[in-house]
Amino acid sequence: MTTASVSLPAPGPLLTRGAFSGVMVALLVVCAVAPMLNLLVPADSVFHLSDYMVGLLGKIMCYAICALAIDLIWGYTGILSLGHGLFFALGGYVMGMYLMRQIGRDGNYKSDLPDFMVFLDWKELPWHWALSDSFIATLLLIVLVPGLVAFVFGYFAFRSRIKGVYFSIITQALTFAALLLFFRNETGMGGNNGFTDFKRILGLPIATQGMRMTLFVITGLTLLGFYLFARWLVASKFGRVLQAIRDAESRVMFCGYNPLPYKLTIWTISAVMCGVAGALYVPQVGIINPGEMSTAASIEMAVWAAVGGRATLVGPIVGAFLVNGAKSWLTVAFPEFWLYFLGALFIAVTLWMPQGVVGLVKKFKKEGKA
Amino acid sequence: MKIHWLRLLCLGFVLWLGLGSAHALTPADALALAAGDGDERIEALNRLSVDPDEKALALIQALSNEAVKVQGERVLIVADDGRATDAVSGEVVALGEDAEDVMVNNRLRGALEAAAALRDLFNPDPVAQRQAAALLQRSALDEPDDSTLPALEKALAGELDPRARASLEQARAAMQLASDDEAQRLAAVQTLAGMGQPALRPLLLRQLEEEGSEAVKAELRTALAALDRKLALASGLSQAFTGISLGSILLLAALGLAITYGLMGVINMAHGELIMIGAYATWLVQSFFKSTLPGLFDWYLLAAMPVAFITAALVGAAMERSVIRWLYGRPLETLLATWGISLVLMQGVRSLFGAQNVGVENPSWMSGSVTLMGSLTLPWNRILIIAFAAAVLIGVTLLISKTRLGLFVRGVTQNRPIASCMGVNTARIDTYAFALGSGIAGLAGCALSQIGNVGPDLGQNYIVDSFMVVVLGGVGQLAGTVYAALGLGLLNKFLEGWAGAVLAKIAVLVFIIVFIQKRPQGIFAFKGRET
Repeated sequence: MTTASVSLPAPGPLLTRGAFSGVMVALLVVCAVAPMLNLLVPADSVFHLSDYMVGLLGKIMCYAICALAIDLIWGYTGILSLGHGLFFALGGYVMGMYLMRQIGRDGNYKSDLPDFMVFLDWKELPWHWALSDSFIATLLLIVLVPGLVAFVFGYFAFRSRIKGVYFSIITQALTFAALLLFFRNETGMGGNNGFTDFKRILGLPIATQGMRMTLFVITGLTLLGFYLFARWLVASKFGRVLQAIRDAESRVMFCGYNPLPYKLTIWTISAVMCGVAGALYVPQVGIINPGEMSTAASIEMAVWAAVGGRATLVGPIVGAFLVNGAKSWLTVAFPEFWLYFLGALFIAVTLWMPQGVVGLVKKFKKEGKA
Repeated sequence: MKIHWLRLLCLGFVLWLGLGSAHALTPADALALAAGDGDERIEALNRLSVDPDEKALALIQALSNEAVKVQGERVLIVADDGRATDAVSGEVVALGEDAEDVMVNNRLRGALEAAAALRDLFNPDPVAQRQAAALLQRSALDEPDDSTLPALEKALAGELDPRARASLEQARAAMQLASDDEAQRLAAVQTLAGMGQPALRPLLLRQLEEEGSEAVKAELRTALAALDRKLALASGLSQAFTGISLGSILLLAALGLAITYGLMGVINMAHGELIMIGAYATWLVQSFFKSTLPGLFDWYLLAAMPVAFITAALVGAAMERSVIRWLYGRPLETLLATWGISLVLMQGVRSLFGAQNVGVENPSWMSGSVTLMGSLTLPWNRILIIAFAAAVLIGVTLLISKTRLGLFVRGVTQNRPIASCMGVNTARIDTYAFALGSGIAGLAGCALSQIGNVGPDLGQNYIVDSFMVVVLGGVGQLAGTVYAALGLGLLNKFLEGWAGAVLAKIAVLVFIIVFIQKRPQGIFAFKGRET
C-alpha cells in the first residue's frame, strides 16, 4: 500500500501588485484624503466633502461590509441567506442599547432609564440590558450575539442538510419571527420606534464633525480589514473547500470532508461581519428600528452582491456603492421610480449579468486583449 | 322606538276597548313618572305598564322619545309640531316659559325599554314576541329586577310563541333566583341550568354566596359546573372556528403557490403581489358595479371572481414568458428576479391607484353572523370564505387529477423529456401551469378583499406565510398543503389564546423552523424538477 501524495499548487500571495496598490489607495483615501477634504478644505470649495456625503459614504461602507459577508456565504459557498438583515440589526441593537444608556438623564423624562421604558412605566432595566453600560462588553456582544444566533441556527439547519431555496426560506422565516419579536414593546427594545436620539459615545458628543469623521475612518478601516481577511480566507485551503462545496457538495462528502463545520464556520463569520457592520451603522445614522429586519432589507443585501459580481471580493463592495449611490440619488430625484429601478435591477442582473459589474469589466478586458 | 309607535297605539286601543279595566292615568302617577326621584319613577312606570290605558301609554311613549315637559304640577306631552297637551286631561295647553324638560336617565331608559318589551309580548306577531322576550331575558340576566315579575307572569299565562315562552321562563327564573320561597329558587336554578349564557355566571355565583338552603346550593353548584362546561365548549369551538377560518385563508393564499412552487419548483416571491392584483381587480369590479349597476351591487362578487382569476393569470403568464422561463433550474436566481417583479408590481399599483388602501365593501349577504349555543358567534364572511376555500380546493384537485391539462402538468412535472417525447408542448404547459397558479392567487385576493384592507402592501403579509404552508405541507402535493394550512391556522389560534397574537405567530414560525430540521427529507421529497 502506498499513499499517493497529492500536492496542491501553493497559494498565491495575498495581494498581487495591482491589488496591493488598490488597497493602499483605498487606505489613503479613507484615512487621509476624506478627512482632509471634510475637515480642512473650506466649505465653499469645490473639493470640500460635505458632512452629508461623509454620513452617506460611511453608511454605504457599512452596507459594503454586509455585501462582502453575503458574498462569502453566497458567492463562495453557494448558500443564499435572506436573513442577514437579522444579524445586521442584532449588531445594531447591541450598539443602540449602549448608546441609549449613554444618554443618561438627558432624555425627555430626565430618568435613568431610556425614555421608552419610562413611557411603558417600567421601573428598572430588564435583564438583557445588564451589560449595556459597559463599552467593552458592548464590543464583545456585538460579535457574540449575532455569532451565537447564527451558530445555533446554522448548526441545526446544516446538520439537517437544508440546502438551496429551503435554507433561504427558513432564514427568511427566522428574520420575520425576529421582526415580530422586536416590534413588541414588551421585548424591551423600543418596539416600533427602536432606538434613536443618541447623545454621546464614550462620553463624547456624537453629533459633531470630528466624531462623524472618526466613525467614518473606523468604518473604512473595518471594511478594508474585512476585505483583506476575506481575501486570505478564500485563498486558503478552507476557502477552497467552501468553493468545492458550492460546486459539488456530494463530491466533497465523498472525498471524506464533512461540510458541516465548513458551512457553519463561514456562516458564523459572515453573520459576525454583518453584526459589526450594524454596530458601525447605528451611531452614524442615529437610529435603529425593526425595519432593518424586514424581508426587503435582507434581499436587497443579496442584490448588492449580485450587482457587483458574486464570487469576487471587490464586486460586492462595488455593488453596494453603485446600488446605494443610485438609491440615495433616485429616492430624492425620482422617488416614484426607485422601486421600478430596483425591481428592474433584480431582473436584469439575474437574467443578463450573472457575473455582475465586475464580470462585465473582466469580459470587456478579455475582449480588448483578444 | 319609532317603529313600535303604531303597534303600541293599536295595542293600547285594543286593551282600552277589550279589557275596560285598564289602569287609568291619574295626575299623581303622571307626576311621579315624570318628575319623581329615581325609585318613584320606576315604581310608577311598573304600576302603569301592568295594564296601561291609552293616556298612560301615550305618556310612556312620549317619555321614551324625550318629548315630555313638566309645567308646574302638570305633565305635558309635546308633539313634533311643538303643540303641548296635558298628559292626564288631554287638553291642549300653551307652553309656558317655566316648562322644564324631563330627563330620562339610563336606568329609566332601561325600564322603559323593558316596559315596551312587556307590552310587545301581547302582540300577536311571533317575531315581535320573540324579540321582546329576548330583550327581557337579557335584561333579567344583566340585572334581575323582580318588579316586572307580575307583568311577566301575566304574559306567561296567555298565548305565546314557544321560543318566546322559553326565553320568558328563563327571565322569570333569573328573577326568582333570589326569591324567598325555597321551592321557587330550586325551580329557578333548574330552569337556568339549561342555558349557556355567559351572563348567567355572576348571577349564579352571587346566589351561591347568599344561599342558605343546602339543596339549592348543591343545585347551584351543578348548574355552575354545567354552565362552565358549556362555556368552555363554546369557547373551544369558537377558537377552532377562527383557527379553521385562518387556515382557509392560508390555504387560499398557498394553493396557487402549491402549484407554481410545489409542482413546478418555481420560487415565486411575487406570489403575494398576484394576490394583491386579485384584490385590486375585485375592487375595480366593485367600483364599476357601484357606479353603473347599483341595483346588482350585491352580486358583484360573482363577476369579480373570474375577473380576479383572469387578471392574475395573465400577469402570471406574462411573468413566466418574459422572465421565469429563462431561469428554470436556477432557483436562487428565480427568487431574486421574482422579488424584483414583486417590487415593480407593487410600485405599479401604487402609481396607478395610489399608496392608500382602497375600500372594498362587502355585499349585504356577507355581513352579519349566526349565533350558536348562546355565546358562539360565527361571522358570515368567515363561513363563506371557508366554503370558498373548499370549493377552490376541490376545483384545483379535479383540474389536476381529471383534466387533460392536469395530466400534462403532472407529466411534465414528473418527467419532462418523456412528456416532450410524447408530443406534449412542455413550454406551453409551463406557461399554463404558472398562469393557473397565479389565477388561484388572484382568487385568494378576491376572498381576502372581503375580510381585510386592500393596499399595495397586501401581498407582503402573505408571502412568508404561504411559503411556510407549502414547505411544511411537503412540496409537490396538494393534500399536504391542506393539512399544513389548517394545522397552522388552528395552532396559531390556540396559541393566541394564551400567548397573544404576536407571540403565537413567532412560536408558529419557530415551530416550523424546528419541524423542518426534524423532517427535512420527508418534507423536501422533491418529485418535480430537480433544482
